[in-house]
Amino acid sequence: MRDRGWILGAFAVVLVLVTWPAWRAVASAPPRRPDLPRPAGATACVAPVEFMRASHMTLLVQWRDRVVRDGVRTYVDSDGRVVTMSLSGTCIGACHTDKTKFCDRCHDYAGVTPTCWNCHVVPPAVTVAGGVR
Amino acid sequence: MRPGRRVFLRVAGSAAVASAAAVALGCAASGIRRRRLGMAIDVRKCVAADGCRSCIDACHRAHNVPAIPDVRHEVKWIWKEPFERALAVEDADTITAALRGRSVTVFCNHCDNPPCVRVCPTQATWARDDGVVTVDAHRCIGCRYCVAACPYGSRSFNWVDPQPFVPSPLSPYPARTRGVVEKCNLCEERLAVGQLPACVEACPEHAMVFGDLRDPASDIRRLLAERYAIRRRPELGTRPQVYYVI
Ligand code: HEC
Ligand code: HEC
Repeated sequence: MRDRGWILGAFAVVLVLVTWPAWRAVASAPPRRPDLPRPAGATACVAPVEFMRASHMTLLVQWRDRVVRDGVRTYVDSDGRVVTMSLSGTCIGACHTDKTKFCDRCHDYAGVTPTCWNCHVVPPAVTVAGGVR
Repeated sequence: MRPGRRVFLRVAGSAAVASAAAVALGCAASGIRRRRLGMAIDVRKCVAADGCRSCIDACHRAHNVPAIPDVRHEVKWIWKEPFERALAVEDADTITAALRGRSVTVFCNHCDNPPCVRVCPTQATWARDDGVVTVDAHRCIGCRYCVAACPYGSRSFNWVDPQPFVPSPLSPYPARTRGVVEKCNLCEERLAVGQLPACVEACPEHAMVFGDLRDPASDIRRLLAERYAIRRRPELGTRPQVYYVI
């Protein structure tokens, strides 16, 4: 019973060490939301911001299937505008021209790495294949 | 009361008539006479321009096709093949003597009975309603069954990362990665915006004729009506829709 102090002390030290990341997170400021500039001149995305924030990947996959599987290339958005369904042509080429300051910034923050860019290259010189008509 | 045989026949008969009428009406209402896209190549014009690569360059540039020097890793959508290899014909001496030793342009035949489609386990490759046999790069798992099934060698597998071999500047068409199969898509992305296939547009000899094979008034049908045409290995039953006018 003489070692009780040592045992409890060591136990406390280990407990603090193991839970250290959690303490640190509590102590530090809440993570800053990424600064996502809206494209200059654009007034609205193809759907409300809340929808896009939560479901843009689903919409993109729907676009992909419409274009590639069904051969349909235009989309009528929630404001009645006719948009060419194209990832690098419309989303990047005609709207969010600087992908690094929008898509990438948020994806880095959220820890997602879409593989789309492996194929959908965004060459600076040839961006506008479609765009909002 | 049990319905008699007469009642049964009347009900069954009118149901059959109604469903037949619905099918007929459906076809009429949709008003779409399906196109069957195809290509004809005037081989004499093509071989006359010896060494011409206009169609190949235009296609490969438009689709970001890599120029990989190692033939084992080569990716090609359209290329030249020695005549004897591309179009083995019976009675070659009498029919095609003038063409022997020359190269002809070959690419995917967009077959009516495509073996690549039959073997694809993920339906990543399929024939569209207009006959274009195309590949969904998103769905391709790189099993290469289609490469083995195609008797024309029209399909290329990306053994290495193709992008370092794509000449710049890049075109807007998405590039590909290692591990997917690709081939000629009859420029479906250009057809969608009312343009001709890139090869047809680029051919200085106007040797390539593109059109709707179901429309008797189309240029391609008129050419095929006038001249003798052969197809690549018709004996295999793949029903190729690229015609070689010799
Ligand atoms: C293996 C290469 C590859 C990858 C990876 C890929 N794509 Fe594609 N994608 C293509 C090709 C090829 C087309 C066909 C383009 C055409 O027909 O115009 C295409 C077409 C599309 C289209 C319609 C046309 C266009 O210009 O955008 C959308 C939308 C699309 N892909 C979305 C995506 C999304 C979202 C991802 C990631 C989740 C993705 N793709 C990943 C190759 C790829
Ligand atoms: C506000 C933050 C945010 C912005 C801005 C953003 N994304 Fe995303 N994106 C996400 C999150 C979070 C996920 C992961 C969602 C999940 O996995 O459920 C995601 C996932 C995706 C996916 C699916 C990835 C996969 O592997 O299936 C695609 C495709 C995508 N984003 C495309 C884009 C494009 C293109 C842009 C720019 C035009 C963009 N995103 C901008 C937050 C964002």
